[in-house]
This record gives sequence, structure tokens and C-alpha cells, in this order.
Amino acid sequence: MSGDIRLPATDAAPAEARNRAHRPGRVTITEVTAGAATLFFVLAAVVPHWVAPGNPLGIDPLSAFQQPSFAHGFGTDESGRDIYTRVVHGTGSSLLIGAAATSIGLGLGLVLGTLAGMFGPVVDFTVNRVLEVLFAFPGLLLALLFILVFGPGVITATIAVGLSTAPGYARIIRAQLITVRRSAYVEAATVQGLSRAQILLRHILPNTLAPLFVLATLGVGQAIVWAATLSYLGLGAEPPAAEWGAMLSAGRTYITSAWWMSFFPGLFIVLTAVTATVLGRSLDRRLRHA
Amino acid sequence: MLWAVATITFFAVRLIPGDPAEAVLGGPGSMASAEALAAVRREYGLDQPLFVQYLDHLVRLATGDLGRSYALSIDVGPLVLSQLGGTLLIATLALGVAWLLALALATWSTRGGKIAWYLGSGLEIVAAALPHFWFATALIVVFSIWLGIFPPISTSGAAGLVLPVVTLAVPLAGFLGQIMRESLLLALESPFVLSARARGESEAGVRWIHAVRHAALPAISLSGWAFGSLISGAVVVETIFARPGLGRTLLNAVTSRDVPVVIGVVMIVAVVYILMTLLTDLGSRLADPRLAVRS
Repeated sequence: MSGDIRLPATDAAPAEARNRAHRPGRVTITEVTAGAATLFFVLAAVVPHWVAPGNPLGIDPLSAFQQPSFAHGFGTDESGRDIYTRVVHGTGSSLLIGAAATSIGLGLGLVLGTLAGMFGPVVDFTVNRVLEVLFAFPGLLLALLFILVFGPGVITATIAVGLSTAPGYARIIRAQLITVRRSAYVEAATVQGLSRAQILLRHILPNTLAPLFVLATLGVGQAIVWAATLSYLGLGAEPPAAEWGAMLSAGRTYITSAWWMSFFPGLFIVLTAVTATVLGRSLDRRLRHA
Repeated sequence: MLWAVATITFFAVRLIPGDPAEAVLGGPGSMASAEALAAVRREYGLDQPLFVQYLDHLVRLATGDLGRSYALSIDVGPLVLSQLGGTLLIATLALGVAWLLALALATWSTRGGKIAWYLGSGLEIVAAALPHFWFATALIVVFSIWLGIFPPISTSGAAGLVLPVVTLAVPLAGFLGQIMRESLLLALESPFVLSARARGESEAGVRWIHAVRHAALPAISLSGWAFGSLISGAVVVETIFARPGLGRTLLNAVTSRDVPVVIGVVMIVAVVYILMTLLTDLGSRLADPRLAVRS
């Protein structure tokens, strides 16, 4: 079956652009911006009170539905809560959900991929059939099935997202393992008489794990989008929690009059996903050239 | 393949805590009497041993009987089939539009110099990161509420199709565009393009006859996956635009724990997905005759 998920395009700029901006080691403007954005998101997640001093749940009915202004940069919601404060305070839970889901997906993918890639043709065949079946539950379908069984909520939604990304990861890890195992340096190590364990630990694993790091960075962005989608559909985090998807879901009711209630949480989702993609790619490029 | 999907869904839904018979009668809060529960169990075959239920389930699936909905008390088969058309329509249209957009972006950004290159790749990254639900909301605000061009609730006419299709197509175009651009560049640097240029073919000829075919290959093989992601996207888009379709049916069934409907939708999606994968394999062979020779 050929419907697999691949790493998006990497270092493929035209020759002149590649020579100028993509010289390994040289930091580009894009990377600096992505780094600054990451710093902001990490600060917002760890110490939200530094970035937005207000109370994310503080109700002020007199200033409900205010447009974005100097006092409320992103406007206010139906209870007069400041959207900017809420979005910043939601960063922690949204990033945590994304990171947890990615770890679950990668962990499962690593187990399945290693089984398929390292333990002979019989295991490989079995795991591949399992993966093929899992691929027939595309995208959200597996997540929805999981939520049907275990009920909605933040934790089930997180596991559900992790679970539905696992087959994709498993495929990539398996392919990577097989490529590495057949490479010249592994052959050289075998000829030199290194034991299987030594080859696995010293040569195969490090060369498989580096690309995993890239996958993880790229995956966090997607996981955040998916988890927010589940919250939006009412199957994950629920209002009044300051989680981005839940905030968007709450803003849906007032979409005709207060667009800013939906716009800014969504903007933050897009920004984190874009940041994750840019970081993942630059990591990928550096690892390749290193 | 379908058997495996059927088996997984059957045993997965048996893990659901609570009595399915109670679910039929409106959940644990309905205080259903013991006789009513027993009657429901008999009607849905829930009083049989698990293994018998499983075999029964498989036999009925094989004959195309998907059971009855708990919540709606109608047969699942006709229900799901009646919803399939709407979803297939927007998914197919979105796939087509995404292909055109991705191809346009990829060709433009590889020939327009450095600014086009950065703009193109930037657009693709942002497009690929757009969550459907947010993008749909933004489109509604701008095109329905501010400009009033398209209806916010998808009517049956063509105008109602525009926003849902655009919502589904743009993020997908971001993904496809990234992949297409990479393979287009590889193709443009390859010897056969050099020899075509040496023969004196025009730039357009080189691109549209030789290079595009290679650029399309990985994107074609991704289309099966893309279709899957479109179905998940349909869950969101159909809910937001209040369009009838498989996605909305699935979401409603999951929230009301209507197990037979969920199973029905999952089975149909699996069938469509398998067909799509076969189609993409065929498509890849058409675009790359080497594949047929090799296997």
C-alpha cells in the first residue's frame, strides 16, 4: 500500500539559494524568528504570568465583547475575560497535549517500527499487515473510535491523537531502520567483527534516532492541531478551560458579532504549528549536513 | 483487510463500559424496566454469547447488512450510503482543487526566482498548518458575514460548495505542494531534462512534458493518504457548514454513542480507502511505466 506519510520537503532550494542561505551552520532569519517564537511559547507555557499578568478566568461582565483595543489587545469574550490572557494561559495545556500525544505516537511507532525493521521477515510481515489495517482508519477515524470506547475528555483525546499518528511514525521508522541496516558503514562494522548488539547500539540506533528528533518536532505542531480539533468538536478539553480548541469552540456561538474570540486562539494554533515545522526542517537540514 | 477492520471495530466497541441495551433506550438515565431491556437485547441479539454475536456480525456484514441505529431506529446501511455521496463530492472536488493549487504553487515557486521561492514555500508551510475548523470559521466571517458572497450554511447549490471545498483543499495543497516542489526540483536537475534542453525543447515543453510527470509521482502515491485526511476534514467541515454527510453522521454517532452507525461509517470509509489506494497504485503506474516493468 502506498498511502504513507512522508517527511515533508526538506533541503531542496534551487542551487543559488541553497548556496547562500542554506549553507550549514549559518543561521537564517527564518530560524531566528522561529527560535524567538519558540522562546515566547515556552515562556507562555512555563511562566504565563510573566507574559500575561491578568487572570485568565477573571470575569468582568461590564467589559464583555470588546473589540481589540489598547486595553485588551485581542478583545474580550462573553464574560469580559481578556482573550490575550486566556490565549497565553492556554499555551501550557495545548503544548502539553501536543507533546504528550506526539510521545505516545512516537513511542508506539518506535516499538512497531523496530519490531518490523530488526526482527526478521516474519515479524516484519505481521507488523506490516497490522499497519495496513490501521491505515484503513484514516486520520481522525481511529481517534474517534477510541473516544467512542473510552469517552470524551482531555486525556482520552490526547491518547487518541497519539494512537492515530503511531502507524505513520512506525512506517517511517521501519524504512529508516532498513536503510541504515543496509548501509555501507554497518556492513563495514560487520566485517570488522563487531557483535550484533554493538552494531545496533553504536551504528544503527544513533542514525535512526536523529531523524526521529526531526519527526517529533514536526509532529508536535500537527498533534496540537488535531487535539484542538477534537476539543473544538466537543470531545476534548471543555470550556471554560483556556485550551485553544475549547476557546474556539466557545467563540463559535458569537462568530457573527465577535470574530476576535475565534480568530486569536486559532492564530496561536497556526503559529505553533508553523514554528514547529520551521524548526523541524532546520533541524533536519543541520543533522543531514553534520 | 475488511475482515480485520470489522474484527477490530467489533471487539473495540465491546470494550465500551455500560449496557448496550440501555444505550438503545436512551442511556443509563432512562430507568428502563427489566422487561424493556430484555426485549431490546433479544431484538439486537445481545443475549447471545460473544462468539456467536461476532460470527453473526461478520455474516451480516458480508451480506451488506450493517444493523440498526440505536438512536435513530433506522437501518444503518441505507443511512450511511445516503450520506456517502455528499462527502465523496466535497472530498473529490477538494482533492482536485488541492492538486491544481499545489501544482501551480510548485511550478511558480521553482521558476520565479528567490522571492517566489521563499513566498511559495512559506505559503505552503502556513497552508499545511491551517486547522480546518479555524480556516472554515475565517472564511465564513470574511465571505459570508462581511462580504455576503457565499452562504455560511452549505445549501445544496454550487455556491454552498465553494467554502467547504476551499477549506478542505487549501491545507492539503500545502502538503502536496511541499512534496511536489521537492520532486520537481530533483527532476529539473536530472540528465533527461538536460538532454531534452540540449535537443532544443522549449522551457514549457521541458517542464510540462518531462518534469511534471516526475513531480506528480510522489504526490499521486500520497493521494490515498490525502483522501483519508479529507475524510477526517469532512467531520469538521460538515459540522461547521451544516452539510449532510458521513463526517457529521460519524460525529453525531460518536457523541450519542450510536455504535452500529459508527461501525457502519468506519466500514464504508475503509472500503473507500482501499479503493482509493488501488486507484493511486494504478495512477502511479500510468505516470511511471517503470513500476509496471519492475513488478
